[in-house]
Amino acid sequence: MIRNPISEQEVAMLLNDVLERYGYDFTEYAPASINRRVNHLFRIDRFPSFAEYRCRIISDEEYVLRFVEEITVNVTEMFRDPDFYSALRTEVLPVLATYPFIRVWHAGCSTGEEVYSFAILLKEANLLHKSVIYATDINTHVLEKGRKGMFRLSQMQQYSRNYMEAGGQEDFSSYYTANYDYAKFREYLGEKIIFSPHNLVTDGSFNEFQLIICRNVLIYFNKNLQDKVLTLFSESMEQLGFLALGSKETLNFTSVIKKFRQLGNREKIWRKMHL
Amino acid sequence: METERRSGERCTCNDETTTLMTVAPRLIVIGGSAGGLQAILSLLPDLDVQLQSAVIIVLHRQSHYESVLTELLSTKTKLPVKEAEEKEALLSGVIYIAPADYHLLVEADHTLSLDYSEKVNYSRPSIDVTFSSAAPVYGGNMLALLLSGANTDGAEGLIDVHEAGGVIAVQDPQTADVDYMPRRAIQLAPVDVILRPEEMAAYINGFAGV
Repeated sequence: MIRNPISEQEVAMLLNDVLERYGYDFTEYAPASINRRVNHLFRIDRFPSFAEYRCRIISDEEYVLRFVEEITVNVTEMFRDPDFYSALRTEVLPVLATYPFIRVWHAGCSTGEEVYSFAILLKEANLLHKSVIYATDINTHVLEKGRKGMFRLSQMQQYSRNYMEAGGQEDFSSYYTANYDYAKFREYLGEKIIFSPHNLVTDGSFNEFQLIICRNVLIYFNKNLQDKVLTLFSESMEQLGFLALGSKETLNFTSVIKKFRQLGNREKIWRKMHL
Repeated sequence: METERRSGERCTCNDETTTLMTVAPRLIVIGGSAGGLQAILSLLPDLDVQLQSAVIIVLHRQSHYESVLTELLSTKTKLPVKEAEEKEALLSGVIYIAPADYHLLVEADHTLSLDYSEKVNYSRPSIDVTFSSAAPVYGGNMLALLLSGANTDGAEGLIDVHEAGGVIAVQDPQTADVDYMPRRAIQLAPVDVILRPEEMAAYINGFAGV
C-alpha cells in the first residue's frame, strides 16, 4: 500500500492551482498537516492517479468546494476548553458590559459550536440584546450549518458537562429543543449572530471589534501568515479590545506582541494596550 | 528514502535570548497507550544526558492530567522535558510531550506543528500521525518505539517509518500491561527489534550515538 501517494511537491502544485484558478490561498499553511489532508482526500475519493486528482480540481468548481472543506479542519465543540469560557465570563464580559453596543468577531468559526457557546455567555450576562457576533469562515458549507444552529444530539451530554465546567448555572437543555438526532438551538441565540464568508488570507478588515475570537486556526498557518493575520486582527480592534486564541496558540514571538498584554490567568486572552 | 544529516545545521530557537542551538540530527518517537506510561517511567532515568537526538513522546490520556504528565516525567530524567509547542524546532537532548487533544506533526524544516483535526484510531494525539509525519523528514535517522496499549494506533505509522528507512521497535508484549497494541504492530509491521522495558534506554542511547 502506498501511504502518502501525493508528494510534498505535488501538494504544492495543487495548492498553486487552487490559488490561481479559484483564489483560495493555502500556500502559506503549515505543510505537514495540509499534506496529510490532501493525501487523505485523495484516498477517500479514490482517485486512480495524481493527474486525475489534479484534473478534477482544475476543471470542477463544485469539487473545489469539497477540496477546501476537506483540507481545512472543521473539528469543534461547544464550550471547548471550559476554563477559557470561564475566563471570558469573569474577565472579559464585565468590561464588554460597559459598552453601549458590543461587536464581536469570531474568525474561523467552522460549524458554529463555539459561537453559540459565546452567545449563551452573553445571554447569561444579560448582554446579548446589545451585541452582534460576526462569525466567519472560509467554507460556505460549514457556515450554512452554523446558521441552522443544529448540532448532534449525541454530543449534548459532553457539551452540557463542558458548560457546567465553564461555570454555567442554568439547565443546558433549556437552550435547545431536541429534534430527532439534532439539538436545535433557540432562535434568540442565533438572531445576534451573522454568519458570513471571510478568508483570513485574502480578505481585509471589515469593522472594529471589542473582542476577536480565533481559536485553533493560527496553528495551521506558517509564521509569516500568522503574523499577517494577527496584524489584520490588531487593525480590526479598538484600543483595549480583547483577542482570544486557542489553548496552544500565542502572541509571543509575533510582530504584534508589543501592542498587547496577556491577561493574568493561564488562558490565551490578550488585551490591546497600544494602537 | 534519502535523508541528509543535518547535525551541523543551526537554527534560531524559540527563546528570548535567541541562542543558537543545534537542530536534532536524529529523532526518537515513543508512542504508548494503556500501560505505556510505566515503560516510559522506567526508561527515562537511564537516558544519556548527551543524547544526540530529540525525543517525542506521544501518550494517549485524558486531557485533564495535562500538566501533571510533564511534571511527572521531568522528575525521572535530567534531560529537559516540555510540552511540545507549535513551530518550535526539534533540539537534541530535549524530550517533547505531545499535548493532550492535539495531533503533533513534524515539518520538513524540523519544526513541530499541532493539529486539532479528527481523532485517528479514536485517539488525539494519534501515534500514527506523529510517526507518519516524522518518517519522511528523518528517514534513516529515526527510531520509532511503540509501547503497551489496547489500541491499534501506531502500527500503520511504524510501517511508514520502516519504508522511510527508520528503525522500528516494539515493547515485548509479554512485558506490556496491555499487549494488544504491540502484538498488533508485530503482526502488521516488519519490526526491527522487540525490547523489554529494561532494555529500552540502552537501545535508545545506542541509536542516538552516545
